[in-house]
Amino acid sequence: MKQFIIFVRKEFLHIFRDSRTMLILLGMPMVQMLLFGFAITTEVRNTKVAVFDPSQSMETRAIKERFDASEYFTIAEEIRDVSRINDVFKYGEIGLVMVFSDDFENELHLGGDAAVQLITDGTEPNQASMITGYASNILAQSMQELSEGSSVPCRIIPEIRMLYNPQAESAYNFVPGVMGMILMLICAMMTSIAIVREKENGTMEILLVSPMKPIYIILSKVTPYFTLSMVNLITILLLSVYVLGVPIAGSLPLLLFVSVIFIFLALSLGLLISNVVNTQVAAMLVSGMGLMMPVMLLSGLIFPVESMPIPLQCLSAIVPARWYVDAIRKIMIQGAEIQFVLKEIGILLFVTVALVALSLKTFKNRLN
Amino acid sequence: MKEEYVIQAENLTKRFGNFTAVDHITFNVRKGEIFGFLGANGAGKTTAMRMLCGLSRPSEGRGTVASFDIEREPEKVKRNIGYMSQKFSLYEDLKVWENLRLYGGIYGMKDKEIAEKTDAVLRGIDMESERNTMVCDLPLGWKQKLAFAVSTFHNPKIVFLDEPTGGVDPITRRRFWEQIYGAASSGITVFVTTHYMDEAEYCDRVSIMVDGRIKALDSPMALRNKFGVSDMDEVFRMLAREATRKGD
Repeated sequence: MKQFIIFVRKEFLHIFRDSRTMLILLGMPMVQMLLFGFAITTEVRNTKVAVFDPSQSMETRAIKERFDASEYFTIAEEIRDVSRINDVFKYGEIGLVMVFSDDFENELHLGGDAAVQLITDGTEPNQASMITGYASNILAQSMQELSEGSSVPCRIIPEIRMLYNPQAESAYNFVPGVMGMILMLICAMMTSIAIVREKENGTMEILLVSPMKPIYIILSKVTPYFTLSMVNLITILLLSVYVLGVPIAGSLPLLLFVSVIFIFLALSLGLLISNVVNTQVAAMLVSGMGLMMPVMLLSGLIFPVESMPIPLQCLSAIVPARWYVDAIRKIMIQGAEIQFVLKEIGILLFVTVALVALSLKTFKNRLN
Repeated sequence: MKEEYVIQAENLTKRFGNFTAVDHITFNVRKGEIFGFLGANGAGKTTAMRMLCGLSRPSEGRGTVASFDIEREPEKVKRNIGYMSQKFSLYEDLKVWENLRLYGGIYGMKDKEIAEKTDAVLRGIDMESERNTMVCDLPLGWKQKLAFAVSTFHNPKIVFLDEPTGGVDPITRRRFWEQIYGAASSGITVFVTTHYMDEAEYCDRVSIMVDGRIKALDSPMALRNKFGVSDMDEVFRMLAREATRKGD
């Protein structure tokens, strides 16, 4: 036990004395969060709106005027032909298409309910949900105004559609994604580099000749990175709740539980990498190219998995981070209970056990 | 077998597939002896040494180190030996005393013992003023001194030195051998591999390995006389000429 403590202390010294490592370990999660948080959720201003308005009534005109008058929207086009709605986004100018029903005026006054469809470009889910948010607000204001002049209360029901991303992946997608990426990076990359560094320096030999059991060497290597990962996890969650205003809808213990499984998974992946490569550079390349890229591109961090072509969706299924990001998204954003993430937890547990077994086996083989 | 032998190897063999890296070697090392383990690259020195250190299981034969069986009790063997490699293997980003504390701790020494031993060792190698220096800031010769001090810090019965003088200038090498003599006179057995034949002369006895077998084993003087040459270099070359294996 004392061996273990002394060794862990040494590992922390390595980390604290290497300012570059420290910067990566603690600075990167924050930079990533803020970068993704603020760079992607751009403000909505002067978004061009195309309107399809077959009714051409007083009411719809009032609504259009209200949109035009707001700082967020500009009415850019009146669509005459329904088939044009599909084309309008392809030029990239229009951010929102507003479609009124044929008989908007009568629906509103006679039935009390009138529908307006808000169509946005779902390829930029963050932007799209911002736009629909602002548009719904303006519609609500219009509704209030119209109700005042009428004897019956009337409602305008916005019906939101995101083209190209019908699942309407939310604006907060990137938080689970960044969590997956950071944890993968710190655990897998840093652990593998730390172990390979001992090999490169020849200190691993000395340790193996010492009475310290190899399993303790591994455990004490992994402990500091586990600790730092937890620190990072908490930093990310605090940043996302208090700075970016992304709430944690589901249970925090469940969120932490799934994250701990994922951290173990990443640590054993790092261990596996350290067993198969012999230089720090190789470790960096393998974990950089082999882990970072798939996590960034296939886990749903940048592109929603649901809108990927089928072959890429299949490919993403073998990226463990994708399951983690899925689970976290469900828990954090949708507030899902444990029974809805059992599949993800199962997959993560299975992969973790397999990786631990595999990496311990390769570690033993390498010794003999 | 007599008690005075601290290393005994009997027909020790290591095969990797069809390749026999170490081929039935038999030798004994006495307590307090400086035993030179010579051989060209690829002759099987490192493999033999790894077996003696409990890192690799012999395919055949048996051996004891500090009277523990290397196959059945590798953990006990490890407690009683020290090891220093060619790379000196210190943690460059740790201070001098932190390196000593780490290894002391790994070998299960008590804090008080570590503190006392650290003072004694640093005084012994004239490095008291460098206690708080980062290892990366030390000159090569000093790192070497420190690496040896680290390998003998826990008072092992035997210390294995794997080409400990690689890349060091002759004067520093000479000083390093004084340090080795110091350890040997305090009762630590020294098992050393080297490429430098002048260093072979400093050993009490040397063995010369060629193609996985021990071709000669005696004191340097006896070997010179036997082969009728004036220095160990020639002895080595005469034996190594028979080698069929290529060095790596």
